Amino acid sequence: MDFALSEEQRMLQDSIAGYLESGCPLSRVREVAEARGSRADDVWQELTNLGVHGVLIDEDYGGVGLGVLEAALIAEALGAAVAPVPYVASSIMAPVALAEAGSTGQKETWLPQLAAGEVVAGVGLGEQIGRRESDGVTAAGGKLRGKAMFAMDAASADILIIASDDGALHLVDPGASGVSRERLKTIDRTRTVSEITLDRVDAEVLPGSVTNREPLLTTIDVGRIILAADTLGAAQVMTDKAIEYAKERRQFNRVIGSFQAVKHMCAEMAAELEPCRSLIWYTAHAYSAIPEEGRLMACHAKAHLSEVGKFVARKSTEVHGGMGITDLLGLHYWFKRIGFNRQMLGAPELVREEAARVQAWV
Amino acid sequence: MDLEYSPEYREFRDEVRTFLDEHKHKAPNQKPEIPGQPNSAKEWQQLLIEHGYAARTIPREYGGYGAEPDILKTRIIAEEFARARVPPGHSGDNRLVPTVLELGTEEQKQWLVPPSVRGEMSWCQGYSEPGSGSDLASLSTKAELDGDEWVINGQKIWTSGAQNADMMFCLVRTEPDAPKHNGISYLVFSMDTPGIDVRPLVTMTGDAFFNEVFFTDARVPANQIIGKRGEGWFVANTTLRYERGGLGDPNEAENRFNRIVDIMQRETVGGERLIDNPIYRDRLLKLQGQILAMKFNGMRVLSHNIKGEEPGLPRWIVKLNGCELNHQMAGLAIDVLGELGLLYDGSPYLRDGGFWQARYMLDLGLIIGGGTAQIQKNMIGERALGLPKEPKVDEAKAQAA
Repeated sequence: MDFALSEEQRMLQDSIAGYLESGCPLSRVREVAEARGSRADDVWQELTNLGVHGVLIDEDYGGVGLGVLEAALIAEALGAAVAPVPYVASSIMAPVALAEAGSTGQKETWLPQLAAGEVVAGVGLGEQIGRRESDGVTAAGGKLRGKAMFAMDAASADILIIASDDGALHLVDPGASGVSRERLKTIDRTRTVSEITLDRVDAEVLPGSVTNREPLLTTIDVGRIILAADTLGAAQVMTDKAIEYAKERRQFNRVIGSFQAVKHMCAEMAAELEPCRSLIWYTAHAYSAIPEEGRLMACHAKAHLSEVGKFVARKSTEVHGGMGITDLLGLHYWFKRIGFNRQMLGAPELVREEAARVQAWV
Repeated sequence: MDLEYSPEYREFRDEVRTFLDEHKHKAPNQKPEIPGQPNSAKEWQQLLIEHGYAARTIPREYGGYGAEPDILKTRIIAEEFARARVPPGHSGDNRLVPTVLELGTEEQKQWLVPPSVRGEMSWCQGYSEPGSGSDLASLSTKAELDGDEWVINGQKIWTSGAQNADMMFCLVRTEPDAPKHNGISYLVFSMDTPGIDVRPLVTMTGDAFFNEVFFTDARVPANQIIGKRGEGWFVANTTLRYERGGLGDPNEAENRFNRIVDIMQRETVGGERLIDNPIYRDRLLKLQGQILAMKFNGMRVLSHNIKGEEPGLPRWIVKLNGCELNHQMAGLAIDVLGELGLLYDGSPYLRDGGFWQARYMLDLGLIIGGGTAQIQKNMIGERALGLPKEPKVDEAKAQAA
């Protein structure tokens, strides 16, 4: 019995965080965000070299075949760095969907390319969680029709995985005839979401998803855990920055961290956030090791991190005073990252409702 | 991450279960628990000590079982007793006994530990005073040496169990001219000492869980001091460390949570189950997420402790978060019960025997007691996060004001 990261897991965490500290500083994030770029290619490439994109992909398909916990540790580091890379959809959700529902041929074609970072995948399944401003996507005779809103990481994607209304997953070439892709402007410029319009588009279904919703639900679960872990990393940075600022900033001849009003805000952030680390560790570990708890834990991790992330984002900004809301300081990059993670793949109330269903309470 | 217990511990758990199956009919019926007070019958306690399920790590020469400390086994015993709903044993007093074992003389250990462990010597804690709550080190109950006796004068408050306790461990000011933290001594004495007057302090629950204790020339033998003169503050911090561990236990929180789920699935309002009300349900689910996070935080702390590592921040937040969650749970239980949540004092319509109404009030007391939530935040800020203390107020100016 040891509720702790292994030596290998700590080394993985250190190596990713260590690279991002030098390779993806805020100045680099700003360049991508201000140019409205869809990703930092240099960061993406180096993450490829570190094996990040293959974290969940079997060694048989060119990946490193690690677990959801390792994937979450990487997400935490990326959230901490507000890294502008399509990790959630391309490195996690698409490989999970392919592994769960793809044919051998589909896996052989796409998984090695995803693991190598040569191909970037976008994932559009928002209609399966909360449909808004969209009639959804219908599949008939190998063709897709309709609209997939908030398709994740789709702006720079070479391949799309789109869910149709019946829960089946389809591979779509974004260059195919009848596909139009419009990037949506959001608060968070470090990840992209797009509106994908499909007009009788040729698509290739993932056969394991045709009569079985599990591959779709598993893809969503893992996506939620990864978003929650990303929030953990981002919220930890916001907490640390607030504490650091409270130790330096002086008013009334004292550092402001010596005032209880400020000290207590810092203590509250730490007290709320610290248990989240254990929640993420357990959830990510359980998703592979204790399958019967996986879905419930994924819901709780997503909902709870969303709530704590929002709390920390607000309090940390407040501790920074007026500087907290300036572009110059850049704290807003973390603020918005946390906001993005909260809204995507189910906001907390909605995900908690799902947790009630998973427990057969309703 | 390894959440499995090794064979040694799985076997140990089986042993405890077998013991409980065979012997639980001998367990005494228990009244509501009074923290820090031995409350199991002596025979039950003795049986538990013989099997190593009580006073487990207290050395045999002081009446314990004498096992090597093993945090996981201690945890397994607690879990299995809770699961079987059997009153656990005790280690005499979880504040006093470890303190005496760590800092007492050989004579004091022989005198105090064995009868405490047997349940024949019960304890109350004399720390807080009317003028010294969060600022405990400012306490003013004084003890002056007169020949070979301490003469104690002053008043203590919030003394739980004083009406039933045989003994008190008490902080008194013995060096009035020393700085406040260096002028305190830690005395132990019988509650039958002439000059001690115990008066019940009725709280909002209607019960006298606490007391006020008045000292008027109470005389105590000079050698009944633990540690040296003037070192009582540091001796007491040993004790506080043991007390704090017990507040905000995440396993207890999970048990209570499951009871609320039961209520919400069982009770109806207007023909609809309470859990079918989406607002109540969302409050329940929010709490579930928080409780799970604290449960895993507890597992993380436990793993650090097993390895002899200082857990740091995960440990500092347990009391603050745990007590707050307990209070919120009781609040939810009362809210979902609507008018039924008002009932009290044995009304025939009471649910769960009035547990939630009492808990709502008691848990508010626990948010305040054992270091208020605000003091906890100061400690988290200063000790775990390294934020500076508030500048000291000049004593002379404070007096003038």
